[in-house]
Amino acid sequence: MTDDINSPGYDIPPELEGQVSITTLDKVYNWSRRNSIWPMMFGLACCGIEMICAATSRFDFSRFGMEVMRPSPRQSDLMIVSGTVTKKMLPQIVRLYNQMPEPKYVLAMGACASGGGPFKEGYSVVDGVDKFIPVDVYVTGCPPTPQALLHGLITLQKKIDKQSIKEVRWYSKEPIEPIPVPVLGPDLMDPREFGLIKQYSTEKLVEEQEVPAAEEA
Amino acid sequence: MSEEVLVEEKTELEERFPEIIRDERKGYEGYIVPAEKLVEFASALRDEFGYDFLSSVTGVDYMPEESMEVVYHAYQTTGGPGLVYKVQVEREDPVVPSLTPVFPGAGLQEREAWDLLGIRFEGHPNLKRVLLWEGFDGHPLRKDWREAFYEGDGKPFKSRWPGGQVRRVEEDNPFNKNVDYPEGFDPENWIPEGETAVYERVGRLDHAVSETALSTDQLVVNLGPQHPSTHGVFRMVVRLDGEKIVALEPVMGYLHRNHEKIGERNTFLMNIPFTDRLDYFNSMSNNFGYVLAVEKLMGVNPPERAEYIRVMMAELTRIVNHLAAIGFLLNDLGAFFTPLLYAFEERELILDIFEAVSGSRMMCNYYRFGGVARDLPAGVFERVKSLVLDRLAGKIDDLDAFLTNNEIIRARTIGIGVLTAEEAIAHSIVGPVLRASGVPYDVRRADPYGIYDRFDFDVAVRYHGDIYDRYLIRLDELRQSLRILEQVIRDIPEGPIQEGKPQYQARVPAGEAYGRVEGPKGELGFYVVSNGKPNPWRYHVRAPSFINLTALDVMCRNYKIADVVTILGSIDIVLGETDR
Repeated sequence: MTDDINSPGYDIPPELEGQVSITTLDKVYNWSRRNSIWPMMFGLACCGIEMICAATSRFDFSRFGMEVMRPSPRQSDLMIVSGTVTKKMLPQIVRLYNQMPEPKYVLAMGACASGGGPFKEGYSVVDGVDKFIPVDVYVTGCPPTPQALLHGLITLQKKIDKQSIKEVRWYSKEPIEPIPVPVLGPDLMDPREFGLIKQYSTEKLVEEQEVPAAEEA
Repeated sequence: MSEEVLVEEKTELEERFPEIIRDERKGYEGYIVPAEKLVEFASALRDEFGYDFLSSVTGVDYMPEESMEVVYHAYQTTGGPGLVYKVQVEREDPVVPSLTPVFPGAGLQEREAWDLLGIRFEGHPNLKRVLLWEGFDGHPLRKDWREAFYEGDGKPFKSRWPGGQVRRVEEDNPFNKNVDYPEGFDPENWIPEGETAVYERVGRLDHAVSETALSTDQLVVNLGPQHPSTHGVFRMVVRLDGEKIVALEPVMGYLHRNHEKIGERNTFLMNIPFTDRLDYFNSMSNNFGYVLAVEKLMGVNPPERAEYIRVMMAELTRIVNHLAAIGFLLNDLGAFFTPLLYAFEERELILDIFEAVSGSRMMCNYYRFGGVARDLPAGVFERVKSLVLDRLAGKIDDLDAFLTNNEIIRARTIGIGVLTAEEAIAHSIVGPVLRASGVPYDVRRADPYGIYDRFDFDVAVRYHGDIYDRYLIRLDELRQSLRILEQVIRDIPEGPIQEGKPQYQARVPAGEAYGRVEGPKGELGFYVVSNGKPNPWRYHVRAPSFINLTALDVMCRNYKIADVVTILGSIDIVLGETDR
């Protein structure tokens, strides 16, 4: 493990080898974070079962330091969106995301979370959780096999390896704004789009009125 | 029951109720009951004719005939075929008397019909939306209701490849996502109706006064939808007096995936993979129920070998489900993860078999109309044989030895969450929960489908109706499944696995059919109406997980808050099926 974090090009006296490492802050920081990703214990649908499978003895993601599944968002680093996100559930998911402390990551597991999957055309399904919260890793499959989920988690580790303290958003000077929680109206409403919604439904009203008028003429 | 007796009884019914008429439409069965006679008819069926079990309530929108129909499927808990009766009302503002005073089990199903079809049930104590939220625009299963991503009334959609170019449905939507709003809607002045109805159901906080000697306040607590013990995205709103449950209201729909609307757009064959995702533990038995319903309409019978393979897969899936159910129940009891690891070890071995035959671990998509998709590949039969004959029995005995006499399990489950036989039947409870309450009702025996009449097995039954019995009955059923599997292994013949040539487009004649199987979670029914076109006109799933929740309030009342999660675990729900 020490080989991973050692920076090459520094001579360490033979008697201190294996006891002293010369490295960068970024590397130590990322090394410790990548090996202790705590996912949130939170299954949405079918994929949740394969997520549990990935935790059981045959696949065992604790090999990657991820076995501590936390039911509370306050204690977790990774949200595995494991299943179909419905409009009724989305406000809760966004709220959970806002409650997670930085640094936080999102993994969209399976076709539904990534883009609606087989249920995309349905009236109460969100066609991809990335329309509302930022996603770091997408895993394909319906449901993804536990191996695919493990590959997704390893991909996330590689992503963490490349981050630098200088650039990460949680050390920037500006405060991180929470994502506005969607509202359930006649359909799902994103508070950032209220203007657009109003414009659209007014236009629709005008069209409705124009069509009969044209027919009469 | 012989055919003659049946005909006689039906005339008896007609004599008793001269108002009812036989449903003479081609491919249809049962009676059409006038709406004002419905409650009297249903109570007479229950009290005089023995049809004490109301299996399914659902609506159908017959838009071309300008009528709305509510379909009821009644059965006898002593076994035998069922009775279908219907009420026809006008399509505009349909009103039907509610059956909840006679059959409390109709409660959630009537709410669903209101939610999705807009049928009002007069006299229903709580006619609120159940799968969608209050304030949702319209009733989506009405045939003239269109979703935001509407492309056509039936698949295959012609719009997908105009001129050989792929076109995505998002591109036509101004928001670039799956939303649509009514005309003239103003989001800023929208007042969400949301939660008040739910909280009113459990009792308003401000006049909740404790009747105990201690002066305490009652408390309303939300469990879920994000909660580690709710088995998915299920929510319970409970009112507590100290730790005691005073009232409980289940809130669902957080995983409502429009199964039925999508099912009506799909062709018949396209629905099989969607049924996989209903109860995602048991895709095989979901397939089974659906193909049975459609086969009834098509009038095909699978060949011998396919029948045996079907039973083999359905019973293996039952083993998977019951092992997992026991594992999750122990999770809820605080034995976190260790028993589940034992359960999932066996599950993995069975999933390997599923993957070998179907290509997928969980979503098998394996049954076809008139057979199964493909024969067992080389070596799979030997694996099933060694698993069933040499391994599983011992593993079930292990679980039994570790768990059954464990002091904590006994203390926390015996006498908790009691449901009596009468309550269970009235609430349309099915599956292991019903049998643990002392009602030996198993569709495999009561109304055999496939080739289940050939096998020698016992219908497991326990009599206390508490969590402990619901746990024990799953062990019993595991052993009975092994017995059936041993007979399958002994008798399975060689031969074809598909009746006729496999077809991409099933030709389904017009008519209605109700296919039901004894799924691991209980009676899983599929009600299919065809009008002769490639797509089903109506496709309804009678989901055991959904209807079993009707009695959750009854089971939990007066027990402690810590027991609620265990009681829920002992019902063994899956949210994909609850919310569909």
